[in-house]
Formats: sequence, structure tokens, C-alpha cells
Amino acid sequence: MPASTGSSFILDDPAPLVEALLADGWRVIGPKLGDGAIVYDEIESASDMPRGLTDEQEGGRYRLREGDPNRWFDYVVGPQSWKKYLFPARQKLWSAEKGDNGFAIEPHEDDFPKTALFGARACEIAAIEVQDRVFDNGDFTDSGYKRRREATLIVAVQCARSAATCFCASMNTGPSADSGFDIALTELDDGGFFVECGSDRGAAILDRIGPAEAGTAELEAANAVTLKAAGMQTRSMPDNIPALLRENLDHPRWAEVAERCLSCANCTMACPTCFCSDVEDVNDLSGDHAERWRVWDSCFTLDFSYIHGGSVRRSTLSRYRQWMTHKLSSWHDQFDTSGCVGCGRCIAWCPVGIDITEEAAAFAAEPLAQEG
Amino acid sequence: MAKPKLAVWKFSSCDGCQLSLLDCEDELLDIAGQIDIAHFLEATSEIKNGPYDISLVEGSITTPHDVERIRKVRENSKVLITIGACATAGGIQSLRNFADVKEFTNIVYAHPEYISTLEKSDAIADHVKVDFELRGCPVSKHQLLELITATLAGRKPYVPNASQCMECKRAGTVCVMVAKGTPCLGPVTQAGCGNLCPSHGRGCYGCFGPKENPNPPALSAHLSELGMASREVRDFYRSFNAGAPEFAKESTSHE
Ligand code: SF4
Ligand code: SF4
Ligand code: SF4
Repeated sequence: MPASTGSSFILDDPAPLVEALLADGWRVIGPKLGDGAIVYDEIESASDMPRGLTDEQEGGRYRLREGDPNRWFDYVVGPQSWKKYLFPARQKLWSAEKGDNGFAIEPHEDDFPKTALFGARACEIAAIEVQDRVFDNGDFTDSGYKRRREATLIVAVQCARSAATCFCASMNTGPSADSGFDIALTELDDGGFFVECGSDRGAAILDRIGPAEAGTAELEAANAVTLKAAGMQTRSMPDNIPALLRENLDHPRWAEVAERCLSCANCTMACPTCFCSDVEDVNDLSGDHAERWRVWDSCFTLDFSYIHGGSVRRSTLSRYRQWMTHKLSSWHDQFDTSGCVGCGRCIAWCPVGIDITEEAAAFAAEPLAQEG
Repeated sequence: MAKPKLAVWKFSSCDGCQLSLLDCEDELLDIAGQIDIAHFLEATSEIKNGPYDISLVEGSITTPHDVERIRKVRENSKVLITIGACATAGGIQSLRNFADVKEFTNIVYAHPEYISTLEKSDAIADHVKVDFELRGCPVSKHQLLELITATLAGRKPYVPNASQCMECKRAGTVCVMVAKGTPCLGPVTQAGCGNLCPSHGRGCYGCFGPKENPNPPALSAHLSELGMASREVRDFYRSFNAGAPEFAKESTSHE
């Protein structure tokens, strides 16, 4: 039976899917073993993926461990996110050449071949959808982002386990994605994959393989897998966090967390939804050639809040508060969604293990009394 | 318009930063085409008199003679830019700031009475007004070129003062402290080296000195958790930028 949106299949392993994508001309980006962590990089076959590894994550700590050698996806999210492809850390925006009639500006378009993101987790798809609202929202379109996004196909992996840093269940973003993918895989406990088709593009890829149809037994087994992953989560975010933060801008906890915070910006760089950037203008020695580059920036730097006369947010307190209140509270006003998807990266990759859920819990435990 | 006159000065230092300038081989001819290199002993013995439009100063102030000389350099320079950790923070030789320099000279020299030296190794800015400080031990070739290019173009050089961690994350380098427990000064150190150590699996040594608004006590607490003894934490901050005020204060608190 040909695949269509909503149809489901079974596969023994992910190899035929990677092969089908490559045969159809897709660049495939997937999980790979980096220097001590799972990173995202180009893969040329399923065997490039770190089969058999699992991760252990805590505040400020990440370790890879040998796991069941037969399991393909027993690790969760690592230090990098797909934003490194959709919203690159450094991108050239334009160059300018001095001629007889002043400068001629040449916009720059990076080369972005059609790309399959292989192994995107539910929280990561949610994060991409958050960035979609930032970069392509009707009022404003970032043409480079839109071009890259349209050339992207998503193969989701539904999570079979959670790390101690995960809290997607409380953000309603995971551990299983209902939409936003072209194909989704769930690695079943007894081996094999439950495969969901999420789009026509996904169907075209699946039809190249012609996998066997899945039955209710496999569907139930797949649901049990992600339910178990959700049950493993120990961290959570309180539901009333947007109002809670808004009402506690003068809470003494901000000063307390600022004592521990390094204003190093790791949390924002690792966060899959953080979208801030700086522009860097360069020219050559002759002054005849100039370029403008866009680079990832962070609300944790002094220059970020620099306006005429100086920087507005000089203290770490004001920077941490800006980050957390934007992420969890004012983002709702701005983009109609939370800026946090509960991936836990800011917890694990904070060098000193500052934990956004622990900070939220501190406000919830002792909120300032409200006037009136 | 006459080409701007550039002078390069050396104080107490190893010449490494001047070598970074000579290392700009591909660009050096272009630089020579735009600038009149009027004083640069490391490169040429030809000396033209001041005043100079731009003075690049390498090295720290360690003798009474240095104090006199830097004042003359300042008087003769429109723009004075310090290059490297010695000139901006006193360099590795500022380790003397934490000890008794007389004791050193007595041990090292046969005739210590001939040695005329200051108690401390000072940054250039401790003695004269500095227009811009370029960090690093040694400075980065990329930043040095950016500085020269920007100065010639009359714009502000793009030299961010945020953390080394930002270089890691932009480059996709896996954090060595989080993934391996390797001590790293990156969270309190200014970016600029091009992510050298972390991208080779090493912790940052702090060559570019303190970032803006650093929080060494919070980092030190974590370094202790990673197993560093107090003395090791002290020595971690005491290298090329030992004399930078924020690092000096932190190392002293682990005496
Ligand atoms: S704020 Fe933290 S947990 Fe939330 S999406 Fe960003 S990195 Fe993930
Ligand atoms: S919360 Fe952690 S990662 Fe974020 S700026 Fe502070 S110390 Fe760095
Ligand atoms: S390796 Fe060091 S500099 Fe890089 S992110 Fe980690 S703590 Fe920061």
C-alpha cells in the first residue's frame, strides 16, 4: 500500500530510510559521536550514528555511557541543536564593492542543499516551530531562514527515554511529536521501528522502501514507549510561570542566582529557540571591500544592551532576569507561545549547573505578596 | 593625504605579539602600502622621528626607565594601542606582584645591586592613557588585522569582550568542562583566540584575560567541585593575566 499522511509502517532498522533519503538527493544530517557528546553532523549511512550509546545528564554535567549495543536512539538531546543549520552561528548577509559610483551592495545567499534532519526529537521540532514564529511570522520574514526551512525535511525520533534534565512533558512539547515531521520513528522495546508518515514528502520517501504496514499491536507498543519516557521525567515547569515571573520582578531570588551565574551565555547559545544575533561589519585594508556578517549573540553580554550612552543591563541580575522572563513569560505576549520547550540544554550545558526549573520552583515556593 | 605613521614599541615582553604582526605575511605588504612603518625594530632598523599617528605597544612596565620611556611614547603618539597580555595586564612577569622582587633578584643575580627594577610589573594603562587594548598571549592575528583595518577606516574594531564560551558554542565545540570535567577558565575569559584550547579538548588558560563582568568566585566554587585544591585554583588564575585585577583578586583569595 502506498504511504500517505497518517499511515504507519514497521522497519527493522533505520538504514533503508537513510539510504532512501540519500538516493532521493537529500543531504542527511543526523546524530554523530563528537568529542565526548552526541552532536549533529552530515551522515552518509545509518552506521555513522552512535548506536549503543546512552547519556547521563545533570546540571552542568553530561557523560556518554555504553548502553545496549542494539539500541539506535537511547541518548537524548546533546549540546547542539538543529538551529545550527536553520539559523547558523555565523552567516554572511551581504558584501559591498567600491566602484566609480560609490558602493555596490551584493546580498549573499548561502548554499543550502535540500536537507533531511534525521533524528529530531519532539522538543526540537517544537523549538523549530518556535523559531518559525520568530523568523517567518507574517509581519516579518527572514528570507534566508525561510529558504533553508523550506528545503528541510524532518525525520523525527520519538523518545524512548528521558534524561534527568528533560522536562518536555510539563511544557506539552514531548516526548512524542504529534506533528511537524515528515516521517517519525519510534524504536520499540523488542527492537524494530514503528514508522509514521507525516507528509506527502515523507510518503514519497517511504514509497521508495515499501515497508510493511503496522498494526494496532505496534501502535500500542509505540505509545507505551513514549509514555514510559514521559514517566521518567523528574523536572517540571509550573503552569503559572508566565504570571509568576511577571509578578516577581523584584524577588530576592534574582540576586541569589546572579551570585552563581557566570554571564557566560552558554544557556542561550545551547538553547534551540534563542534567536538573538549581532552584526559584524568588516572591511579589507584598502577599504574597497566590505562585508556584513550576522553572528549568534546573547542577552547575557554587556554589548547586547548597548544603546547610545552605554549598556542598559550591566549587572548579571538584570541579564539573568531578562533571559528567564523573556523565555517563560514575555515570549507569550510577543509570539503567542512559550520560548522554552523543556529540552534541558540550558541546565546540562550551564558550566555551573544553574537550573531554570529550580529557579522557577523557588519563585513558586515563595512568591512576593501581591498588592491589592 | 600622507600615509599614517605607525610605530611599534617593546617594553618587558617576549616579542611574541610583534611576531604576530610579522606573521601577517600575506597582509603585510598591503599594510605597508597603507601605512608608513616609521618605527618597528623587530622588522627594520630604519627609524623615523615622531610624532606617530598610531603606536602599538607591547610589554609591561617593570623598570624606572620603562616609566620614562612610555611617557615619551605617549607624548609622541596620537593613538596608543596596547597589544597583548603584558601590555594590558602585566603579563606572566606580574607573578612578581605576589612575591618579594628583592628576594628574586638576590637569588638570580650575582650582583643584585646593579639591578634597577620596580616592585611590580604594571600594565601600560597604569602609567599613561591607552586608547584601545588588544588582549591575548599572544594577540590573535585576526584581531590585530581587524584593529589596524578598523583604525585606518576610522571605525570601532569588532573585538567583543564576552566569554570564550561563546566561541565554543558558535564553533560547535563540545564543552570540555561539562562533558569531561576538565577545568576551564573560558566562562570568565574574554573571547578572541579563535577557540584554540577547547576545540583541541583542553580547558581555556585565560590568555585573553577577564571578560567584562566576570564572576571568578562562582567559577572557582565549581572548580573545587571538580576536584581542584585551593592552591591549584590559585595557580589557575596566575598565568599570563595574573596581574589583571579580577584574576589577581580571585587568586589571592585562594592563598
Ligand atoms: S530555556 Fe533551556 S530547557 Fe527551555 S528550550 Fe531553552 S535550553 Fe531548552
Ligand atoms: S545561567 Fe549558566 S550558562 Fe547561563 S549565563 Fe549563567 S552561568 Fe552561563
Ligand atoms: S569548554 Fe570552557 S570555554 Fe568552552 S563552553 Fe565549556 S567552559 Fe566555556
